[in-house]
Amino acid sequence: MIEAYLVRASSFAGDIDFLNDLIFWIVGIWFLAAEVVFFYFMFRYRKKAGQKAQYVSGEKKRHKKWISVPHYLVLVFDVAIVWGAIAVWYNIKQRLPEPDLTVGIVAQQWAWTFVHPGADGELHTDDDVAVVDELHVMEGATYHFELEATDVLHSFSVPVFRLKQDAVPGRKITGWFRPTKTGEYDIQCTEICGLGHGLMAARIFIKSAYDHEQWLNQRYSTMPGQALASASSL
Amino acid sequence: MSEAHTHHEMSFWEKYVFSTDHKIIGFQYMFTGLFMALIGGFFVYVFRMQLAFPGIDVPGFGHVSELAYNSLVTNHGTIMIFWFAMPVLIAAFGNFLIPLMIGADDMVFPRINRLSYQIFLLSALVLIASFFVPNGGFGGSWTAYPPLSAEAQYNATPLGAPMWVIAVGLEFVAFLLGGINFITTLMNARAPGMKMYDIPIVLWMIVIASILFMCSVGPLLAGAIMLLFDQLIGTGFYNPAHGGDPLLWQHLFWFFGHPEVYVVLLPAMGIVAEIMAVFARKKLFGYKTILYSVFATGILSFVVWAHHQFIAGIDPRMANLFTVTTLIISVPIAELCFVYIATLYGASITFSTPMLWALAFMAEFLIGGVTGIFLGASGLDVYYHDTYFVVAHFHYTFVPIAIIGFYAGITYWFPKMFGRMLNEYWGKVHFWGTIIPFNFIFIPLFILGAAGQHRRISGYVHFPDLYTQDLQNLRIIATVSLIAMLAFQVVFIVNMVYSWFRGKKAEINPWKANTLEWTVPSPPPHGNFAEFPTVYRGPYEYSHPDREVDYWPQNEPGPDPAKSRK
Repeated sequence: MIEAYLVRASSFAGDIDFLNDLIFWIVGIWFLAAEVVFFYFMFRYRKKAGQKAQYVSGEKKRHKKWISVPHYLVLVFDVAIVWGAIAVWYNIKQRLPEPDLTVGIVAQQWAWTFVHPGADGELHTDDDVAVVDELHVMEGATYHFELEATDVLHSFSVPVFRLKQDAVPGRKITGWFRPTKTGEYDIQCTEICGLGHGLMAARIFIKSAYDHEQWLNQRYSTMPGQALASASSL
Repeated sequence: MSEAHTHHEMSFWEKYVFSTDHKIIGFQYMFTGLFMALIGGFFVYVFRMQLAFPGIDVPGFGHVSELAYNSLVTNHGTIMIFWFAMPVLIAAFGNFLIPLMIGADDMVFPRINRLSYQIFLLSALVLIASFFVPNGGFGGSWTAYPPLSAEAQYNATPLGAPMWVIAVGLEFVAFLLGGINFITTLMNARAPGMKMYDIPIVLWMIVIASILFMCSVGPLLAGAIMLLFDQLIGTGFYNPAHGGDPLLWQHLFWFFGHPEVYVVLLPAMGIVAEIMAVFARKKLFGYKTILYSVFATGILSFVVWAHHQFIAGIDPRMANLFTVTTLIISVPIAELCFVYIATLYGASITFSTPMLWALAFMAEFLIGGVTGIFLGASGLDVYYHDTYFVVAHFHYTFVPIAIIGFYAGITYWFPKMFGRMLNEYWGKVHFWGTIIPFNFIFIPLFILGAAGQHRRISGYVHFPDLYTQDLQNLRIIATVSLIAMLAFQVVFIVNMVYSWFRGKKAEINPWKANTLEWTVPSPPPHGNFAEFPTVYRGPYEYSHPDREVDYWPQNEPGPDPAKSRK
């Protein structure tokens, strides 16, 4: 359902969408069943002249089973949902696959700084490329991100990746993603961070390996001082 | 007012302002809560206008700055939970109903009760004052996460933020005092013959809610004092540069914050149970099942808090534990819903206004309940966290709880409270005028959430993926529906004020109900009962086959069917 509004641009976006649909159908059917019974009872047992209501305490076994059977069924479906939730969670948040590249992300009031590895493919070296409010990544590569905040809480959110992670001052939080679709999309800050919270927008540029390299080269040619400046500021 | 003048003549101040009478204190809480709801309603009107029509001068407010927007959102949430839902559902109905329904003349600690309201009033005044200080009220969301809330250089509200913390802290103190009273009164002041299983469910719900509140609020009160110290005297409890940790607050806040959901849910479910039994002319299906489900929910509610923090930077392994507990809590809640639906089986339903509200509570709350599963599933919360899906989900729980629950309760007990009947026709107009727009506000917000729209943003100009005409249309539908819903509340206010003075005089027991409050005059005199009642049976003996009439008041001498069947 989510894919109707947003493209899937990461390796795990499909898993999230699947989990969403799984839960939608399970709880949707329960919800409909409950509402249908509810409205049927309302109609069927509306007041009629000369008809007295039944006296049912709900404490006899044959009455109780109408509650206890659905109760156990809910439990069964809960197990299915827990299984799906943990499987997806484990893949996105708990597991950390070997990265091809690592990017640094620094959140502050009210801007993002994305530190890209340079031509050497390593972060924290002299040829790193720091860009404000633009994250440039390569399609198909597995990325680690190292997320930091300098002042208050922020949250790094890329809806097309279905990824979100809070940034906490005093911590460096490592996560991962693998872009699977080229294009240009929103990056949001999803944790309220003061009066510029609504301005804290950024864009992600997902490119093929060739285009990404072109961008990197162009970056070096237009901004020669960039690499050293960014390295010293971190 | 016809008052039995066994007491000395009381002045206006003694009777209505510094009263120790539980009914008057209940009214004080109710009218203060409703006044605060008007403020909260005005705030949501202002910021929804900004969202639908970015940058316009909102009629009655003007231009909405970023600072103002954050403060409006923050205080809308704060007011609706702490200064509307809690005072009205727990304090107003609790105070009015507990002594009347257990056959007592007042609370066991009437002066603590008065103190509770006075502190509550003070807390409301502090909060309102915070809107008028330089830079306005606090704008760091109702969850007040530090470091944003802890330092003025980040939140830009050097006075608003500490005043917000002080107001919330005082409100907690007020409810602690009230809770002590509710629990003690229910346990110690019941009429002779009223055993544990003869207590009306609504009272159980209010008292269990008070117990949950008392058990959960301590850590947050400590946390709030630490936050105040961080704000005012430069301590670093939540500041990593001084060895503190911002996540500490989140744990303290949500350890309280999640049980708080049930603190307001339970009284509303109690009100609904009373009304459904009366207008369905049915015994509640499985009284004990309800009670045990509520106990289970209460206990479980203390071990689900971190589902608010899945992506907050906690250890990812912890999410697995909390996703399991969160899904387990769906079982007793589902059970409660099944039991309520089962109560309608074989009923004889009259669709009076209170019953419409009670039924609407069930129909709408189910949506809030099932959408919670999406968010409790850790893997999916990675996407939905802090989107409008969350906003829509919790409004589908809190609007049924606070607004529908309140209207159910007030339309049902109005005759007892004020001695007059509300107008049924205008009551139904108000009902449909509230319920229909309500759904048109929040269904669009589910869709916006699924499309990835994040919360607490004054406009989406800077987010091209969200700044599309389709999504903007949904925002406009939500705002227009909100204005319609707010406009229909005028119908209620007029109906209430008119009926209060000109309505049809209410009988002692207009709904033919069993519980003890319907055995005293409407409105009940000071001291409630001319003669203290004795209780012979449970509160839900409707349509008993041995009886001609379809109800059986608790105080009418005779056999107890629960016993005779054994």
